[in-house]
Amino acid sequence: MTTSDGRPLKSALATAQRRAKRRAFLLVLPLLAFIVITFILPIGQLMHQAIYNDGFSANMPRTTAWFAETPPGTPPDEAAWEALAHDLRDAAAARTVGVVGTRVNYEMSGTRSLFTSTARGAARFEPPYREALIASDPKWDDPVLWGTMRQVSDAYSANFFLAALDMTRDVNGKIVPMPEDRQIYVSLFVKTFLLAGLITFTCFLLGFPIAHLLATLPMKWSNLLMILVLLPFWTSLLVRTTSWMVLLQTQGVVNNSLVALGIIGEDGRIQMIYNQMGTIIAMTHILLPFMILPLYSVMRPIPPSYVRAARSLGATSWTAFRRVYLPQTLPGVGAGSLLVFILAVGYYITPALVGGASGQLISNLIAFHMQNSLNWSLASALAALLLAAVLVLYWIYDRLVGIDNLKLG
Amino acid sequence: MSESHTDAFVAFDRVQKSYDGASLVVKDLNLNIGKGEFLTMLGPSGSGKTTCLMMLAGFETATNGEIRLDGTNINMVPPHKRGIGMVFQNYALFPHMTVGENLSFPLEVRGMDKSTREAKIKRALDMVQMGAFANRRPAQLSGGQQQRIALARALVFDPKLVLMDEPLGALDKQLREHMQFEIKHLHESLGITVVYVTHDQGEALTMSDRIAVFNDGRIQQLAPPADLYERPDNSFVAGFIGENNKLPGTIEDLSGDKALVRLATGELIDATPVNVTQKGQKTLVSIRPERVEFKPEMMPAGAHVIGAEVLEVIYMGDILRARLRVAGSDDFVMKMRNTLGQTRLTPGDQLKVGWHPQDARALDPI
Repeated sequence: MTTSDGRPLKSALATAQRRAKRRAFLLVLPLLAFIVITFILPIGQLMHQAIYNDGFSANMPRTTAWFAETPPGTPPDEAAWEALAHDLRDAAAARTVGVVGTRVNYEMSGTRSLFTSTARGAARFEPPYREALIASDPKWDDPVLWGTMRQVSDAYSANFFLAALDMTRDVNGKIVPMPEDRQIYVSLFVKTFLLAGLITFTCFLLGFPIAHLLATLPMKWSNLLMILVLLPFWTSLLVRTTSWMVLLQTQGVVNNSLVALGIIGEDGRIQMIYNQMGTIIAMTHILLPFMILPLYSVMRPIPPSYVRAARSLGATSWTAFRRVYLPQTLPGVGAGSLLVFILAVGYYITPALVGGASGQLISNLIAFHMQNSLNWSLASALAALLLAAVLVLYWIYDRLVGIDNLKLG
Repeated sequence: MSESHTDAFVAFDRVQKSYDGASLVVKDLNLNIGKGEFLTMLGPSGSGKTTCLMMLAGFETATNGEIRLDGTNINMVPPHKRGIGMVFQNYALFPHMTVGENLSFPLEVRGMDKSTREAKIKRALDMVQMGAFANRRPAQLSGGQQQRIALARALVFDPKLVLMDEPLGALDKQLREHMQFEIKHLHESLGITVVYVTHDQGEALTMSDRIAVFNDGRIQQLAPPADLYERPDNSFVAGFIGENNKLPGTIEDLSGDKALVRLATGELIDATPVNVTQKGQKTLVSIRPERVEFKPEMMPAGAHVIGAEVLEVIYMGDILRARLRVAGSDDFVMKMRNTLGQTRLTPGDQLKVGWHPQDARALDPI
């Protein structure tokens, strides 16, 4: 096809639309730049950190070089001992020996102090270095320690992901499960997903009737109800969470009322907070609007004539609900559930405040590794696994329900 | 099919309905519908006609009075046990089901087996000439096709009574007229009873056996279409059905089925008394535009005539529509057939208009 003056129609159309396209692109450019700089780059950095840690290789160049030159399993010769002694001396001078010790300590606990204490006297070591180092601390002769150092001398390592999945490498580099008493992450992942699923389900059970009321009440009442639903959004998260503490603690409003009503005895007060129950109650409350709003936006345009038609065709009110009304709300149910579940899986502050020991979720452990143990690589690996799990769920949802069947508003 | 049906199929007996406890939407409704009848409830919006239909379907409860179906009181019967087919204004076809599943729904909830269902669905779809569309979704159909499916769904479980709530409101004019005939034919061939709600008087006149004209929560007149058009009982019906000229005046003389009315401007005209009873009473005389004559040979002997000035003539194809100034009012309308020999009027012409006395009806003043 060509235009009347002989130009190809396609290129004429492209020229005609170019200006509009360029303008549209320039309008979204600031947002695009903002997202890339503040979101994509930091997340990429974080993901990178999960497989990259140069705490050893950057500060122990000679030892790292020796590991690179020799095949795995080579016993340390005098050259290796010399490299180690010189590296320790330099690291002590540069005050980076702590970093090195920490990195090795991640893989083999109890080794951080070995590095720091040996490094203090490293300036006075003289050949033969093997004897000097072993004299300083006999642990240096441990082949397991050398095996571990060989592993961490490579800055790129999947070990943090292994650790996040409760696995480790043995002396020969084979992947084996962690000792039972140190397996915590997998069960915590499972618990996080179960709790998030439970919270999503309670949100659905509580939110569905409210959304239905919102969609069918006369405007005057539905507006008032909508304000009540949105009220939690306008209150600080911290205030909401702490008010649950006031309500639910053993000397709190709920327990006091139950005792006063004689339903439970003074010594039978229920532990409703600082455990899983506290996490479930407080998070259900906080995430409820995220379930109600998508449901409401789907229910609002469903005319009452559908249910009426079903009733006139001979369906009981339950059948009309199940076969005519409910299927039409599915896009809202899917959107609300996905939203609540994803938010719940990554929730941090509420479980931290009201979860006690048993109500902690995986994000609390990620925060712990970020802030307390300072093992950023492990925290990154845990976060990456969480992200991957959510993406997998998203994919499953797409396969089962179809992502077009999602209506957020 | 007179109103004195003692064994009425559907009966409204002194039915009243209030939504707020302060005012009545339906005031004292008495209506008997015979078996096999096509009855239309016609009226402006807010006249109570849809409320009556919803009470019959079971979606609203009567505040007072009794609704009977085939002799039994159904006030307390839930909608799904009434066995009434219903066609909704926007069809209400279930969007997540195919056409076939939509039709299957009423049969499934009645526990019919698969082969019976399939036979009934096929028969119903063939009835509305939609046999090839069983696997489509409602959204893939045009408005007229959806309308047919809605009709088939309301009929597939063989209800004795079918309610239709302005079912053709969303269709364009041509399709609407076509569907009017199809619904009428279905009604005749199936022998079902139909209660039809509309605010379109043309639709009501075309399709119904009887029409109940609603206004202000009451039936203003219940009559076959021709009676309703030609012999309206009161000013509301006269004004609501068809076009209508209204001349206010006072009864000058009353003798049997003839009345002499003196208009406000002094002229005398002939009329038939409808709901006036004595001399000196105020009245509103109603004359259809197509019954107004201006040629003396078309009027009965001794008819009173009245002076008129042509203000405007509109060419409408099959008819010519003239706006006249009569008795001081500027909106008196006369319609003339557009025949070869028809006199062509021009604005400014002076005429004498008159009519047969039975075409002018002296009604209650508004």
